[in-house]
Amino acid sequence: MQELLQLFSYDFFQKAFLSAILASISCGIVGTYIVSRRIVFISGGITHASFGGIGLAFFLGFSPVLGAVIFAVVAALGIQFFTHKGNLREDSSIAIWWSFGMALGIIFTFITPGYTPNLMSFLFGNILTVSTAEIWMMLSLDLLVVLFFGLFYRQILYIAFDEEFARAAQLPVTLYNYLLIVIIALTVVFNIRVVGIILILSLLTLPQATANLFTRDFKSMILLSTFFAFVGTMSGLLISYFADIPSGAAIIFTMIVIFGILRLIRCF
Amino acid sequence: MDLIVELKKADLGYDKNPVLEEVNLQVFKNDFIGVIGPNGGGKTTLLKGIIGLLKPLKGTITYHNHSTTNRRPFGYLPQVRHIDKKFPITVFDVVRSGAMMSGDLFQSKKQEKERAEKLLAEMGISEIRNRAIGDLSGGQMQRAFLCRALISNPQLLILDEPDTFVDNKFEGELYEKLKLLNKEMAIILVSHDLGTISTYVKTIACVNRQVHYHRSNKITNSQLEAYRCPIQIITHGVVPHTVLKSHP
Repeated sequence: MQELLQLFSYDFFQKAFLSAILASISCGIVGTYIVSRRIVFISGGITHASFGGIGLAFFLGFSPVLGAVIFAVVAALGIQFFTHKGNLREDSSIAIWWSFGMALGIIFTFITPGYTPNLMSFLFGNILTVSTAEIWMMLSLDLLVVLFFGLFYRQILYIAFDEEFARAAQLPVTLYNYLLIVIIALTVVFNIRVVGIILILSLLTLPQATANLFTRDFKSMILLSTFFAFVGTMSGLLISYFADIPSGAAIIFTMIVIFGILRLIRCF
Repeated sequence: MDLIVELKKADLGYDKNPVLEEVNLQVFKNDFIGVIGPNGGGKTTLLKGIIGLLKPLKGTITYHNHSTTNRRPFGYLPQVRHIDKKFPITVFDVVRSGAMMSGDLFQSKKQEKERAEKLLAEMGISEIRNRAIGDLSGGQMQRAFLCRALISNPQLLILDEPDTFVDNKFEGELYEKLKLLNKEMAIILVSHDLGTISTYVKTIACVNRQVHYHRSNKITNSQLEAYRCPIQIITHGVVPHTVLKSHP
């Protein structure tokens, strides 16, 4: 216990604690939308496409986060656009953006001279090395997400539930779809440092799956999955610290264990 | 008679391929139109055209009586098989979502909630208002979607196969309910059940690539030719009875 309290006096741990809270909020909200609407695979495509931007940023020497944002947003809009206008199957469209981003990322990091020190932390995340600037970015993202979902909660819910009915009611469905896909892209990129590109999708789906065991209401699912995301991230963080294993993997592993235990309990 | 919607020589379809050609149809206040026709004949396409989900490829669709506001005067009950049964949403929220048809999601929430409660009570599903939509039986789900269609006080109620996944008891109740509602609004009903449809509806539209519409509720031979197969012909005597047509 003494050791645990002492942890909170460390600067790096305070930042990790803050990012756990901030990531849980954006991932709890946006993840609930993703899971409810069954667009987990699209989100996976966006996530992996962002790696192309990170590679390009390493190569040209600008901020990897900026590169990731640009690629993620372009991929998000691209998937949406090609599916509706390009007469391409949605899953094919996703796969193309997914692999295009990964391929570009690998090529750029390979031809970048010297060693790219942050590469691993983008791929696998490291919540213990999150910087102050990154905390501010996550905070801004949270504000954006909370504001958008707070103001347009009913529109978002109704479009997600029955898009055709919303179109019949003349809601600007296409505009909402594009805005939400951009918000997904931003959520993915700004939370990459917590668990990494490979595992970020779990942060957007596992807490929701756990919450779904207890509720079938959109709003309750947002609140509960934010809670489970926080519990999972914090427990994983502590396990990673004391057992000295990579934090991203520890967080996701903890979340799966929590889901498994609660799922079993719900059986009885 | 008040005209609500008018289709003039309208071609309806997807990606420039018309499913229906040269549709002429007028829907008046207090109409009760039964839409029949073979699968793939364009019944749902016709409904989507009327609701405005499909813009006519040729011809026109004109809405009357709502030019002062942006309001769509419809209540719409789509085929329930398109609904995601696992979606995390309660019955009450589904019913309230119908309010967007009147275009005022930001206005009086209190009024909207009261109206939702009233409709749920009328349909006898008040006690399941907080359940997830996917947990309902077929009949309960259709009732919930009927509440959603009615919450915006529509001039025209459009129902796409409300009698699927429901038991006979509910089917009877539903048609009696529609008969009552018809005093306040026009109804367009798509159904496979020719027998039931012809006892309740006032007029019948037969849809197969084209729309044959006569302002009568007798299903005639010429309408049935659209089916191109032997079929029971429904006539109306003192006791409703059916006549089996011979195979061509």
